[in-house]
Amino acid sequence: MSVSETRADRISVHSPGVDGSSTVPSPVRDPIVLSTRNLSLWYGTALAIKEFTIDIPRNKITALIGPSGCGKSTLLRCFNRMNDLINGARTEGEVRFDGELISGDDIDPVVLRRRIGMVFQKPNPFPKSIYNNVAWGARINGYRGEMDELVERSLRRAALWDEVKNKLNRSGLDLSGGQQQRLCIARTLAVEPEVILMDEPCSALDPISTARVEDLMDDLKNDYTIVIVTHNMQQARRVSDMTACLMLDEGSGDAHRTGILAEFSPTDLLFTNPKDKRTEAYITGRIG
Amino acid sequence: MSSSLEPRFHPRRLMRRLLGPIFGAACLTATCTGVVVLIVLLGSIVMAALQGPPEVPWYAIGPNLSELFSLIRRLAVGGQSSDPLIAGYRVGIAGSLWLLGLVAVIGIPVGIGAGVFLEEYAPPGRLRRIIQTNIANLAGVPSIVYGILGLALFVRAFGIKSLALGSTLMAGVLTLSLLILPIVVITTQEALRSVPQSLRQAALALGATRWQMVRDHVIPSAMPGILTGTILGLSRAIGETAPLLMVGAAGSLFQLPKGPLDRYSALPVEIYNYAKEPDPRFQTVAAGGILILVAILLAMNATAIVIRNRYRRYH
Repeated sequence: MSVSETRADRISVHSPGVDGSSTVPSPVRDPIVLSTRNLSLWYGTALAIKEFTIDIPRNKITALIGPSGCGKSTLLRCFNRMNDLINGARTEGEVRFDGELISGDDIDPVVLRRRIGMVFQKPNPFPKSIYNNVAWGARINGYRGEMDELVERSLRRAALWDEVKNKLNRSGLDLSGGQQQRLCIARTLAVEPEVILMDEPCSALDPISTARVEDLMDDLKNDYTIVIVTHNMQQARRVSDMTACLMLDEGSGDAHRTGILAEFSPTDLLFTNPKDKRTEAYITGRIG
Repeated sequence: MSSSLEPRFHPRRLMRRLLGPIFGAACLTATCTGVVVLIVLLGSIVMAALQGPPEVPWYAIGPNLSELFSLIRRLAVGGQSSDPLIAGYRVGIAGSLWLLGLVAVIGIPVGIGAGVFLEEYAPPGRLRRIIQTNIANLAGVPSIVYGILGLALFVRAFGIKSLALGSTLMAGVLTLSLLILPIVVITTQEALRSVPQSLRQAALALGATRWQMVRDHVIPSAMPGILTGTILGLSRAIGETAPLLMVGAAGSLFQLPKGPLDRYSALPVEIYNYAKEPDPRFQTVAAGGILILVAILLAMNATAIVIRNRYRRYH
């Protein structure tokens, strides 16, 4: 089944031809910001994700759901080349960002990672002051403007400014879990990315902090594209516009679990009328 | 406790309750042995240093302490001499300080750099494992072997006269740097390894190069561990006698070294020389020198422990 073709209500003016034809140049920005074609990844000899073809739309929130071990985080890390840090990781297939190839050897991952930011599952602020947490990323990327103003702007966008504006010199580790995660979002925003990848950002947070981060995501999607991995299906329903459901490949045994893309649709459709039987089984709780 | 349990379980409560304290007592004995030996050692040195008028008993702490201090002061000020009443360690202390300073400037950065490279930059694989194994083995090589190496390589430069350093301070510095290199490399690697991966990932995910990540996050985070390793390495260097004897630390020297290419002596070497003297009055001098050396070592190790404790509390 072709999972890159969704329903006609997908807002696309142009789409890259599935048969491999090149993108038609368009005066507006391509509504697809990230796309993969037949992407597979091996950790050593174990196939982790198998032939993923997916198009992530711009300025929307896309959720990746599925049972454990089916490659959600792996797929996420393919987008900003963080899998390069893992020994023995090898990819086949294409990943494109704004139409340009980012898998393969020609791209500089350092430059890519400024444009595609990442927020991790467990909040990991630097053991520095709050100010320097936000400023460091901008500084190393050669930011030339007013740093104070950038720090304030990023903290405001992350809905953290009011809580920390009087203690910018305190260590980032002194904050609560929810505040630390928002600090991590703020420092990602400070380098002005186009895409923000979030790997289960709320799983280590309490419900109130989770709600604040979800409100934040809703605000951010006007200016950024967000791809979020989540185990929480209610969260996926609340927050995302598109949802991709990943499943374990039937052929894979216990030795290595291989993930495949089962379905990719607008969120409402996926949860009310899933096309794939496995998706249906997962979201109704029969498996997973 | 029901009787139905009895046939299947044999609790042997008495035996089990005894074994615990017996084991604890054995461990305590082992600890006490070490402490007792240390006390006896230090005590005998202090006794040797205080061979003063016999009417001062050993438990008169006040007069004994003041005599000890005056002895130490005399030793720290006096130069080398064949008269035990004015002999001192001035030259040796100066030489040891020179050695310490130059090893800290030359040997420590090389060790830290090697540790950083092996941990952060070297691709994991067989070559890296071979290098690490070799460095770990070098940590156990007897120090006299380093002395022989220093003699052949630095003092004599395998016969190349123009490169040979002779029995100068620099040769001693380079030999000691080689000696402490494995310790510094290994403790630096341990310190870097204790930095959590999440910190590295956070830095790289912002678009940092590996160097920016290492410089701004990994090394500052590992700094307390690296400092501890530095101090441990330096305190090993200051106490080494055998390699310095091999590379020509002077037996008798009257002026203080003025530069890295001067002749020199070192505190442990002078202690050794004074202890060899047949005149029994030199035993006092030797014992006093040992006390000075032990005091310096204790101070350095205490600093290392303070740094390490402060680090543990912070993280």
